[in-house]
Amino acid sequence: MEAIIKIDKLSFNYPNGHPALNEVSLGVNPGEKIALVGENGAGKSTLLLHLNGIFQGSGQVLINGLEISKNNLGQIRAWVGLVFQNPDDQLFSPTVYEDVAYGPIYQGLDKLTVREKVDQALAAVHMSAYVDRDSYHLSNGEKKRIAIATVLSMQPQILALDEPTAGLDPRARRELIELLEELPQTMLIATHDLALVEQLAPRTVLMNRGRIIADGPTDSILADQVLLETYGLS
Amino acid sequence: MKEFYTPGKSPVHEIDARVKLTFTLAFIIFLSLTPSGAWPAYILFLTLALSIALLSRVSIGLIQKRALLALPFALATLPLIFTGPPPRVDLPFFQTLGIAYSPEGLVRFVSITLKSWISLQAALLLSATTHISDLLTTFQQLRIPKLFVAIIGLMWRYLFLISDEVTRMLRARSSRSAIVPGSRGGGNVFWRAKVTGGMAGSIFLRSIERSDRVYSAMLSRGYTGVLPASESQPIAKNDRGYLILGLFLLMLLWALGLLTGG
Ligand SMILES: Nc1ncnc2c1ncn2[C@@H]1O[C@H](COP(=O)(O)OP(=O)(O)OP(=O)(O)O)[C@@H](O)[C@H]1O
Ligand SMILES: [Mg+2]
Repeated sequence: MEAIIKIDKLSFNYPNGHPALNEVSLGVNPGEKIALVGENGAGKSTLLLHLNGIFQGSGQVLINGLEISKNNLGQIRAWVGLVFQNPDDQLFSPTVYEDVAYGPIYQGLDKLTVREKVDQALAAVHMSAYVDRDSYHLSNGEKKRIAIATVLSMQPQILALDEPTAGLDPRARRELIELLEELPQTMLIATHDLALVEQLAPRTVLMNRGRIIADGPTDSILADQVLLETYGLS
Repeated sequence: MKEFYTPGKSPVHEIDARVKLTFTLAFIIFLSLTPSGAWPAYILFLTLALSIALLSRVSIGLIQKRALLALPFALATLPLIFTGPPPRVDLPFFQTLGIAYSPEGLVRFVSITLKSWISLQAALLLSATTHISDLLTTFQQLRIPKLFVAIIGLMWRYLFLISDEVTRMLRARSSRSAIVPGSRGGGNVFWRAKVTGGMAGSIFLRSIERSDRVYSAMLSRGYTGVLPASESQPIAKNDRGYLILGLFLLMLLWALGLLTGG
């Protein structure tokens, strides 16, 4: 099976010189759900931002065999839906409808299809009732779910989720995990929520200081108490 | 947007902020008092600014590029070329058009442009080698009303908050700007304009709401309307030496300008 995401020796420094990724290599097969764990500042968010070309470090990132470059960002972003860590970063339109509709309209779909996709996406996150609300003046958890809907409406093959359960109440959290379980997409989920990791992701990648420390079956990584303690996960 | 201050350990960074501020102000005042057409003096003023930049090891190219910001303002003096004092001469190469220009006005225009470009370099150099908090303290010590100092300080903070906000929002938008090959995509102009308008509105609302939150946080930490005063220390002897030397040099340059200018 050909890898849907292939990252080879990816390194990245922030403009202020801070090295955030150091020779990261990772292959992901279609349909896999992978958890990305590691202490604060490990480089999880930075790595996710490379998957759709927001950042371009040195090394190689291939999506569906296509190397990310300036010319194919449109295609790459149709394949990779990125949900930002902070929902305030994700939502930029005055109303929920406009925000969720942005991706489909940009893709050039006709009005009816756009409406349909928006309705489906909002239904998937149980937020259909919010379609006409303002995007700001929502609670954090509501924003989080709308943020996921803005990406689902584009029907990407890959979902890159940055701390999807942070700030959700227990029921919203459980519902979200169930939703992610149902979705067929390939997923890379950066999270501190080890219960989510256990339930959702058969494979776990552990990062520390911009490097991948461990990559393997979730059961064995979560069972390794020494590993978890060394890298700030318990 | 990146903060312009470039941390460093150069001799220029170490000089007392009060000395630097006074010197920069004097530099700009003397330069603006230099008569128009005093080319040798301009060159020396520019050389002085460049040598300080060299000493402070900040990027000279960057400073000169940013200083080009002065150009649009200098353009306001462009009409001087045609409305300047007589005599008026026909425009060379375009004699047939019969447009007359004033050579004296042209000299003034070029002088003003050069002067504002060099002045801005001096100001940028100050902000590149002096941390904003030191500058604010200095303003306060120079008896600039505390309210102004507080406003400048807050403006500075919000400048970065807002520009960060804009960066993140643009990032979110480009993340969702996907085009499937074979389809046109991109949306029409009106829709794109509407989205951008919506983003501007969101930035505005968020900034207001954030400033509310920051203000409550400041109040709850004991903010009373002015920034805490910092105790002032006498300017070190060395630094005082630099200041006197620098002012003397500026006066020399200015005198040279008087001698060579029109
Ligand atoms: N804009 C930036 N400029 C400079 N350094 C940054 C910037 N953003 C992040 N960093 C640094 O890069 C490193 C990796 O940050 P990143 O946000 O990827 O961590 P993370 O694993 O997502 O952490 P968290 O669990 O807190 O979200 C951190 O050390 C951080 O300080
Ligand atoms: Mg993060």
